[in-house]
Amino acid sequence: MASRGIHDRVAIVGMGCTPFGEHWDKGVNDLLTDSTKEAVTSSGIPLADIDAFWLGTMGSGVSGITLSKPLKLDYKPVSRNENFCATGSEAFRNACYAVASGAYDLVMAVGVEKLKDSGFSGLTGTRPVGDGTDAALTAPASFSFLAPAYCHKYGVGEAEMKDVLTRIAWKNHRNGAVNPRAQFRKEVSKETIAASPLIAGQLGVFDCSGVSDGSAAAIICRTEDALRYTDKPLYVKALSFVAGPGEGTMSPSYDYTSFEEVVRSAEDAYGQAGITDPRSQLAMAEVHDCFTPTELVLMEDLGFAERGTAWKEVLAGTFDRDGELPVNPDGGLKSFGHPIGASGLRMLFECWLQLRREAPPERQIASVTEAGRKLGLTHNLGGMPGECVSFVSVVGSEPSA
Amino acid sequence: MNSGIVAWGTYLPYWRLDRKTIGLATGQPAGRGTRTVASYDEDTTTLGVEAGRRALRAPGAPAPDVVFLSTPAPAYLDKTNATALAAALGLPGSCAAYDLNGSSRSAVAAMRAAAGSPGPALAIVSDLRTGLSGSADERDGGDGAAAFLWGTEGVVAEVIGAASATDEFLDRWRVPGEDESHIWEERFGEDVYVPLAHAAFADALKSAGVSAQELDHVVVSGLHTRAVRAVKGGLGVRGEALAPDRSQVIGNLGAADFGVALADVLERAEPGQLIAVLVLADGADAVVLRTTDALTAAQRANGETVERRAGAGRSDLPYIRFLTWRGELEPEPPRRPDPERPGAPTAHRAEGWKYGFSASRCLNCGFRHLPPTRVCLNCHTVDEMAPERLADTQGTVATFTVDRLAFSLSPPVVGVVVDFDGGGRFRCEMTDVDPDTVHIGQRVEMTFRRLWTSQGVHNYFWKAKPVEGSD
Repeated sequence: MASRGIHDRVAIVGMGCTPFGEHWDKGVNDLLTDSTKEAVTSSGIPLADIDAFWLGTMGSGVSGITLSKPLKLDYKPVSRNENFCATGSEAFRNACYAVASGAYDLVMAVGVEKLKDSGFSGLTGTRPVGDGTDAALTAPASFSFLAPAYCHKYGVGEAEMKDVLTRIAWKNHRNGAVNPRAQFRKEVSKETIAASPLIAGQLGVFDCSGVSDGSAAAIICRTEDALRYTDKPLYVKALSFVAGPGEGTMSPSYDYTSFEEVVRSAEDAYGQAGITDPRSQLAMAEVHDCFTPTELVLMEDLGFAERGTAWKEVLAGTFDRDGELPVNPDGGLKSFGHPIGASGLRMLFECWLQLRREAPPERQIASVTEAGRKLGLTHNLGGMPGECVSFVSVVGSEPSA
Repeated sequence: MNSGIVAWGTYLPYWRLDRKTIGLATGQPAGRGTRTVASYDEDTTTLGVEAGRRALRAPGAPAPDVVFLSTPAPAYLDKTNATALAAALGLPGSCAAYDLNGSSRSAVAAMRAAAGSPGPALAIVSDLRTGLSGSADERDGGDGAAAFLWGTEGVVAEVIGAASATDEFLDRWRVPGEDESHIWEERFGEDVYVPLAHAAFADALKSAGVSAQELDHVVVSGLHTRAVRAVKGGLGVRGEALAPDRSQVIGNLGAADFGVALADVLERAEPGQLIAVLVLADGADAVVLRTTDALTAAQRANGETVERRAGAGRSDLPYIRFLTWRGELEPEPPRRPDPERPGAPTAHRAEGWKYGFSASRCLNCGFRHLPPTRVCLNCHTVDEMAPERLADTQGTVATFTVDRLAFSLSPPVVGVVVDFDGGGRFRCEMTDVDPDTVHIGQRVEMTFRRLWTSQGVHNYFWKAKPVEGSD
C-alpha cells in the first residue's frame, strides 16, 4: 500500500485559459471552444491528434458529450469528472494517469463552469433528495467557522484577525489587478475591504471569492515526448487527492483550525515530489482562497508557516507577490471568481506562465526570475471544514536529473 | 380508564410582541403588555413537542400508549400531526397518535379522550393565535402549548366530577382556507355563554359533591374574554381561588389557554386541594380535580414553571417581523434557490434521527455519531451500533457563525458546532438567541423546530438554543 505517484512521467505541453468573468455573451460551448483552442494553438498539436479527454464540470453539463459535441470530436473517449471545488484538478489528475499508464499518448484535461446564467448569488447546485436535516448554512458561513476557532486557539484578537483576513483579500486583489484574465482587475483598499457588508461571521463581501464563468485546458503527454511539442514543458512532480471521512463535522477532537484532508494530501504530494521544505523549495503556490480564512489556514496546512503563526506571516507580507513565497500571484479565486470546474486548471495555468517565465514582466515573480526556483504548487479543496476533498499538485520546469 | 393527571408540561415561546409596537405601526392604540409569539420556526406541532417533552421528563412518568393533539391551527390537514409529535417525543411505534383539530373546544376533547383511555395517555393542547393586522385577536392572542399525561399510578390530580353544556350558536368561526376568525357581536356571545358556563359549573360541582366555596383554585378560560369575565363574577367562588390572569404578559392562548392555566395552578397547589377548570368554547365544559400527596414531589421534579417562563422571553420583536412570520407580509427573498422539500422516503428512513434526534453509539469503542452511521468513524467497526436519543442531552458550542446569506424568514441564521455532553458533535442552526451573544463554550440544549416549508412540505428538525437560565 503506497501512493507512489507518477513523478516526472508526464508533462504539460500546452495550456489555455479564458478570461474569467461574467460572460453574458458566451455559453458553455463557447468557453470550452475558447480554452481548448488556446491550448491547441499554444502547443501546435492539432485537436485531432489528442487521444482522450477529461472534462471537469460540477454542474454545467453531464457526460462527455458536453465536450465532444461542441468540439466535434471524432468519436474519442471523454470522461466527465466531478469532485466538488476540486473538479478541474480531478480532471487533470485522471488525464495524467491515463498517459502514465501508457494507454494514450496525448490527452487533454478541460475544466469549465458557467455560473452566471442561474441568476443566483454564490454557488448553487442540485443535490440528491435529502431528509432535510443538513444545516442550511451557506459556503461562506461554513468557512467562517474557522476564524473564531483560530482566534480562540492562538489568542488572536478579533480586530487583529480582521486585519489578517483583510490583508489576504487586499493581496489577492492587488495580484489580480495586473492580470488581464482576472474577473476583478482593480486594487481594493484595505479600508474598503474591511468595511464591506458582512456576509457570514467576520466575513465581508470582500472576504469571499467572486462568482464567474470560465474555462481552462491542458494538453499532457509522456515526458519523453514533451520536447517534441515545446521547449518548455511543465513536468508533473506530484498529484495527490484525498476525500475525508467527515471526521471534523462529527468528532469533537477537530478544532476548526486546520483541514486534515489538506494536511494529508500535502504530505503525500511532498513525498512524491521529494519536497522537504516547501516554503524554501517552492517558487509559488496557487491555493484555494475561496474565503480569506481558508487561505490563512492553508498556509499552515501546506507547511508554509508553523502552526499558529500564519497570521503573522500574512501581516509580514511573506506570501505577497514580491514576498518570500508568492501565494496566488495570479489573484486567486478572490480575483478570478470560482467557476468550479475551471479553477484547478486556472491555477495550473499560472504555474505554466510563471515557471516558464511567460508571465508579463509587470507580474513576474522574483522567486522564479531571481531566486531561480523551479517548482509550483496548486491546491484545490471542496466541501467545508471538517468534511472536504483536497487536491495538491506540484509541477516543475525541469525534470529531475 | 385513567384516574387522573400524573405529569404535566407547558411551553411558552421565547418571543413576546409588545402591544405598543402594534399601536406605533397602525396608529391606533393597541393597549399595554405583551403577548407570546411563536418564532418563525415554530408551529403548533413543535410547540406541542416542547410541552410534551416537559411532561414526559417527570421521573417515573409512564410511557403513554396514545397521544392526542388538539389545535385549531394544525400544521397539516389530511395528514395527522400527532404522528410527528410522537416521533419527536421518541415514543415507540406501538403508541397511537391522533389529532383533534378544528375548534378550541376539541382541546377539551383531547383531555377527555386521554382521561378515558385504558392506559397511560398524553393529551397535548397547542395553539398559535393570529388575526388580521390591527385586530383584537392579533393583539390579545398568544401562542403556547400544554401537555398532560394521564394514568393510574402516581396521580397528582384526580378527576372527581365533570359536566358539559352545549348549544348551537355563532360566536367565532372560520371557513376552511381562512387564516383569521370571524366574530359575531360580542354582546350576543356573552349572553349565550354565561348561562351555559354557570350550568356546566354547577353540574360539575354537584357531581363532585363539593360547593363553590370549597374550591381552592378556579380556572375560567375562553377566547370570549368578555364572557369569561362575566362568568367569573357569578361563580360564587372565593376571590383568592381564581387563578392568576397572565393574559397581559402571554396573551390568550386559545385552545392551549386552559391547559397552561391548569399547569400554573398545579405548580402552586398543595396536596388535597380542589381545582375547578371551566372552559367556554361553543358551550362550556367543567371539571373538578382533587390534588394528591404525589403533587409535592412532582412540583419539585418539574422545576420549570409557567410563572417563570411567562416572565422570561424577549420582548423587542419588531411588529414588521411578527407580520412576516405570520405570513401577513412577504419579504424580498434572497437571490438563492428556494430550499428543497425533504423527500418522503428519505425523511422516513431517517425518522429516528430527524424526529427523535437519535444518534448511534459504537458498541465496540463507544464513539457517538451524529447523524447515526453504520460504520464507526473511530474504529471502523461495521453494524455494531446502538441508537441513543440525544434530544435531552446538553452540549457546548465549539465554534459558531452568523450567516447573513442563508435563506431564513428571520435572518441572520446562526450556525453552531455543538459538542454534546458524553460525546458526539453536530453542526446545526441555533435559534431563540441574540446573534451578538453567541460564543465558544456557550451551553446549549436541543429544541424541535420547523426549519422551513417548501412545496407544501414542512421540514421539521432539531436546532440548538441557549440553555435557559445559563449564559
